[in-house]
Amino acid sequence: MISVAKEIKKNSIIENSLKLFSTKGFYNTTIPDIAKAMKMSVGNMYNYFSSKEELAKYAIKYSTNVLAKELRNVNEMEITSKEKIYLFTRRYLQNVTKSPEVVEYFLRVYLSNREVFNQGCEGFICVGEFVTEVMILLDEGAQNKEFREQDFFPAFAMIMGCLGGFAFLSGEKVLEKELLFYSDAVADNIYRALKYDE
Amino acid sequence: MTNKQKPTIVWFQAITCNGNTHSLLSANSARLELFLNSFDLIYHPSLTVDKTLEDILNQKEKIDYLLVEGAISSNKDIFALKNSTTNDLLNKLALKANYIIAVGSCACYGGIHKKFEEDKTISGIKENINEKILKNLKHEIINLNGCPVHPEWILQTLFTLKAYGKISLDKEKRPIELYSTLAHHGCTRNEYFEWKIEGSFGEKEGCLFYEQGCRGPMTHSSCNKILWNDISSKTRVGMPCIGCTENDFPRNDMLETKKNIGIPQDVPLGISKRAYLSLTGIAKTFKIDRLNKKLME
Ligand code: SF4
Repeated sequence: MISVAKEIKKNSIIENSLKLFSTKGFYNTTIPDIAKAMKMSVGNMYNYFSSKEELAKYAIKYSTNVLAKELRNVNEMEITSKEKIYLFTRRYLQNVTKSPEVVEYFLRVYLSNREVFNQGCEGFICVGEFVTEVMILLDEGAQNKEFREQDFFPAFAMIMGCLGGFAFLSGEKVLEKELLFYSDAVADNIYRALKYDE
Repeated sequence: MTNKQKPTIVWFQAITCNGNTHSLLSANSARLELFLNSFDLIYHPSLTVDKTLEDILNQKEKIDYLLVEGAISSNKDIFALKNSTTNDLLNKLALKANYIIAVGSCACYGGIHKKFEEDKTISGIKENINEKILKNLKHEIINLNGCPVHPEWILQTLFTLKAYGKISLDKEKRPIELYSTLAHHGCTRNEYFEWKIEGSFGEKEGCLFYEQGCRGPMTHSSCNKILWNDISSKTRVGMPCIGCTENDFPRNDMLETKKNIGIPQDVPLGISKRAYLSLTGIAKTFKIDRLNKKLME
């Protein structure tokens, strides 16, 4: 049985390493760096993760599952698909404000160091839960004729590209106003790109 | 061929294309012979028999098994036999029957004829038989769904009734033994289904679920277990299952998979869409050489 204490510890290692990976990059962060941030011995670190690669894969699952839970919660609400887009955009940007390292990690490590994730994290394997929720959101919207018919990937990229791009602008500190100020405008853009045309 | 010991069968044809009759005649020859030796088929409009429909209507003796092929209408202008509606004839025959079996989708629910928009009376036999008659039957009406129904399903049902007097039915009133599994069971393309590899019409390779509208994973039927002509089935030759044993048959656009933003609208029976999507998203990631190649170059 997986002990709860071990899982909690693992998650806290991930949270610390997300911060390091997202600021220093994947290759510049070493296991001793993470151990130091955790105030743990390097040897003990290996009791939790056998390698930095393994840790990186866990971290991507962990961080996208946080978003997947948010979106699942929104998906299960009895509101229109349009309202779901607005709500999810808000929650996503709130997450970026609260834990910028999570999105930074996704953008700067997961998307830029594909070779690390080639084995065991191919395709949607490590981000599957999140992608599934986006599928449910799109599928329901199209079924109740709020969204127009189109291929999945352009629709998916529209949502994620828009949200990811905005998180990037925020990370680069180029936005004039607070991130959440833009939430409804971003959601509106996403909705207009998806919406059913008469 | 009359023998008082053998149970009698009357095969009544209403509004039909004759497909179920063709199906019956294509049964395995040994089984068909056994059938003809075990039952007394006293009337069938397409076969040489001694009696006419009128003789049957006038006879005093009961009919053991009334098999009905085709949809029923109470509108004389649409369809009439001997100047009577099929509804009228059906009720007269039903009054004499011990068992009634709807043979094929049209008799069960109206089938393709029900799509005829100029007449709203066309439907299956259940809606057309007088309630009082239903009470006098020895068994509730049995639905042998299919377009057409597999000949062996007709024979198995009759042999079971002959031996035991009853047969277990599912909630669509189909024999459980024949309709409890899905057309997907026994399909030779299951491995392609698992790994999400689409095939094309008429080819040996690939699954027909993702693009071609195959309803195998949501259709109760034993087509891939009790094979047609003892060797084949639609999916085995590269034709998608069109779900002809379900009550929503015929649906529109049966040879394409209905999708919303690229996501299949219907998913296999018994799994939630969320679970199905996460499972297939992962399966699709793998490229299995063996399954992506032609079976025979
Ligand atoms: S072709 Fe149809 S029945 Fe065969 S495996 Fe694919 S979905 Fe199932």
